[in-house]
Amino acid sequence: MAQSSEAAGGLASIPALLARNAREHAQRPAYREKEFGIWQSWSWAEAAQEIEALALGFLELGVAEGDFIAIAGRNRPYFYWAMVAAQCVGAVPVPVYQDSAAEEMAYVMDHCGARFAVVEDQEQVDKLIEVQDRLSEFEQIIYVDPRGLRKYDHSVLHQFSEVQEKGRAAYDRLGVELAARRSKLSYDSVCVMLYTSGTTGKPKGVVLSNRNIIEASKSSSEFDHLTKGEEVLAYLPMAWVGDFIFSIGQAYWNAFCVNCPESADTMQTDLREIGPTYYFAPPRVFETQLTNVMIRMEDAGRFKQKMFHHFMDLARRVGPDILDGKPVGMIDRLRYGLGNLCVYGPLKDTLGLSRVRVGYTAGEAIGPEIFEFYRSLGINLKQLYGQTEASVFITLQPDGEVRNDTVGVAAPGVEIKIAESGEVFYRSPGTFEYYYKNPESTASTKDPEGWVATGDAGFFEPDTGHLKIIDRAKDVGKMADGALFAPKYVENKLKFFPNILEAVVFGNGREMCTAFINIDLTAVGNWAERNNIGYASYQELAGHPQVLDTIRGHVEEVNRSLAEDPMLAHCQVHRFLVLHKELDADDGEMTRTRKVRRNIIAEKFADLLGALYDGSDEIFTTTEVTYEDGRKGSISATLKLVDAEIVPVEPARVAAE
Amino acid sequence: MLDQTEGFVTEDGRKIGPVVMEMKNITLRFGGVVAIKDISFDIREGEIRAIIGPNGAGKSSMLNVISGFYHPQEGEVWYKGAKRPAMKPYQVARQGIARTFQNIALFEGMSVLDNVMTGRFRQMTSGFWAQALWKGPAEREEIANREAVERIIDFLEIQHIRKTPVGRLPYGLKKRVELARALAAEPSILLLDEPMAGMNVEEKEDMSRFILDVNDEFGTTIALIEHDMGVVMDLSDRVVVMDYGKKIGDGTPDEVRNNQDVIDAYLGVAHD
Repeated sequence: MAQSSEAAGGLASIPALLARNAREHAQRPAYREKEFGIWQSWSWAEAAQEIEALALGFLELGVAEGDFIAIAGRNRPYFYWAMVAAQCVGAVPVPVYQDSAAEEMAYVMDHCGARFAVVEDQEQVDKLIEVQDRLSEFEQIIYVDPRGLRKYDHSVLHQFSEVQEKGRAAYDRLGVELAARRSKLSYDSVCVMLYTSGTTGKPKGVVLSNRNIIEASKSSSEFDHLTKGEEVLAYLPMAWVGDFIFSIGQAYWNAFCVNCPESADTMQTDLREIGPTYYFAPPRVFETQLTNVMIRMEDAGRFKQKMFHHFMDLARRVGPDILDGKPVGMIDRLRYGLGNLCVYGPLKDTLGLSRVRVGYTAGEAIGPEIFEFYRSLGINLKQLYGQTEASVFITLQPDGEVRNDTVGVAAPGVEIKIAESGEVFYRSPGTFEYYYKNPESTASTKDPEGWVATGDAGFFEPDTGHLKIIDRAKDVGKMADGALFAPKYVENKLKFFPNILEAVVFGNGREMCTAFINIDLTAVGNWAERNNIGYASYQELAGHPQVLDTIRGHVEEVNRSLAEDPMLAHCQVHRFLVLHKELDADDGEMTRTRKVRRNIIAEKFADLLGALYDGSDEIFTTTEVTYEDGRKGSISATLKLVDAEIVPVEPARVAAE
Repeated sequence: MLDQTEGFVTEDGRKIGPVVMEMKNITLRFGGVVAIKDISFDIREGEIRAIIGPNGAGKSSMLNVISGFYHPQEGEVWYKGAKRPAMKPYQVARQGIARTFQNIALFEGMSVLDNVMTGRFRQMTSGFWAQALWKGPAEREEIANREAVERIIDFLEIQHIRKTPVGRLPYGLKKRVELARALAAEPSILLLDEPMAGMNVEEKEDMSRFILDVNDEFGTTIALIEHDMGVVMDLSDRVVVMDYGKKIGDGTPDEVRNNQDVIDAYLGVAHD
């Protein structure tokens, strides 16, 4: 292949990287999964055999080149193998969020016309069977866990291990065909198709080539000096681009080991047992961990509490500097060392982060206190900015230049420019090929020169050259008096309070800003327990007068801090309410990656929004909810509308666009 | 009533076998109080058999007769085609009958794993000295038992609390651990005493699913006592209804539902 010559050493596809790893790192662990209480492991040589058996099994089932194979399950080696096996036979893997409702799954499956699906268990099989009639091209389901499926019609159902068995048996017959298909893979062949979460509108299928994935993995690995010795814990949704890059792209490029937890509930224990050296988590995970630590510390004895707070104060003061290699006094260094022995070390061990060499967070803004907390413990937590269309990486924070309010410098090989409107554009080898069956969107997102619009507004900080993201360009609007309205910025400030899980700020084209708020049940629930406040449900706790008071305090604090910024002083929240239900992806209020869908929320809760602006004190409302299994129900509540104090500011000036 | 003696296949494809346990004219008295009065019924292999009735109807006493804790003054218990002599509960357990309790009876200070391991006691054969020395057969046996236990932990989805002391668990999970321990004994008949008492709707749904899965996956015969009529009617193949120590109904859920005596007992018609 002409194109593949540009790939380093002929490594032009994931299957080619697999072959290299199986040859050069045959005995090193490639996958581990905890099952039946024990970490089971597969070496690269064994993984290659498993994948080959499955690929042959795919051929036996009649998978053709260019077919789409949907994959739905939690992170398990079987599904990673399924993705690579699909690539081996020239098919395109399409990982799907395993918690999506049958309808969402149907949309994706129908859009790509998948003929095959590899799924985890009965739950997924049931969903597929439910929507099967509407999917004209869909043919066969392969499942991993046979539990409860024995009595199903097995004409279209196959057990994963049996498909592999048949594949092994057919080696003599199909081996040549497999080798031929594998050798056709080039740098330009499609590596994977991932559906964007879609904060607005229907999901789009982002087609990424081997070039995109391998180049992005290669340059980012070099940036952080990743080696074959890294350990990662694969626990983020497989349908998300980040997991594909970390657990397949970088893992295959560097030949490091991917560890799969036993179940979602055991993630924290498994994290501790594995002790990853390279770790990625969205801000929410770090927030939850910190909240848990703080809750447990409040229940600890007096001596332990004192010791904890003493050393954490010290860590906050000197920890980040020590991590960045900046000069710190001898005495403080010694004290930090002592703190490490008494507090930081054990704490990091409990968190499962004691071996983390490189840690990343992205997806949302992270609260400064949270970010500093981890860094002060000596955990090298950094931020990156990316999106599916870029094969993740747009900017990264280099070691020693880490800050919580910027997202770092352009990743290696990435060019960035800021348009007149403030929107960030980039161009890189990782830039996606096209949106599947959607040339209009492709054309509007990616121009002929390869520049891609991120949809985010931002600017480069003049002193450091770091990129700073303000908000989603689409969300930035104007208030009735022409002042700048940046909802995300305000929401993030609100969400930095542990008591506030989610916030949605409104105000575009209006006189004043208002907000919907979700409380964090863990944090507020713990507070209620310690203050002997009884509650039976989220709804009851959310409506408690003392909770509303606390939240008002938080809102007013945010207002004070907003008032200091002349650009954003008008975004102070005048009135708010605490929602009677948690915003949920099952109800379409959030994406599967937990980003709020502003317009849908505004539409769905139009009555509440109206009440915030018409000055009433309370409102009765009924909301339809969708349960996990797709059934519908409804909840109703009377919500209090709370006024928050605002800091008066100068009459509006028109903010620069 | 069902009359197939050799067993049959239900509509949803489950195999119900011949009668495995038969209670013949059981009467149980505590001094002058008659707890169970001349009751007969049978349990078929592979079925889910429910015993229902209002409070004080004698359901738990019946279960205690089956598990060998009470010995009826009159009547016979036939198990696997033979009349069962009076036995101690542990001897009954050895015959492959395991149970859970209405008021959870776990070792609160021990971890979930250890609690479930105790259920394997019947499968452990190596002696005291062999276990103390550990090497050889005792070690192999423990590994095999641990594997069996881990499969049950996986099956009941309690991996995340494997090492947690039982005392720290919420009620619904304790119930599940108790089920796990009973399952660890690999019983041929599983007795469940109010498996869903005190649970919320979600926990009840989970438990129902596990009971059906156990029956489906391992083919375990299940006899259960339950108050929640909805659950009983959904789960069981056949239902025995008791009231004041007497049997007032026996049959499929539909038959029982339309039985006038049963309706009276539940709606509280005055007894003479």
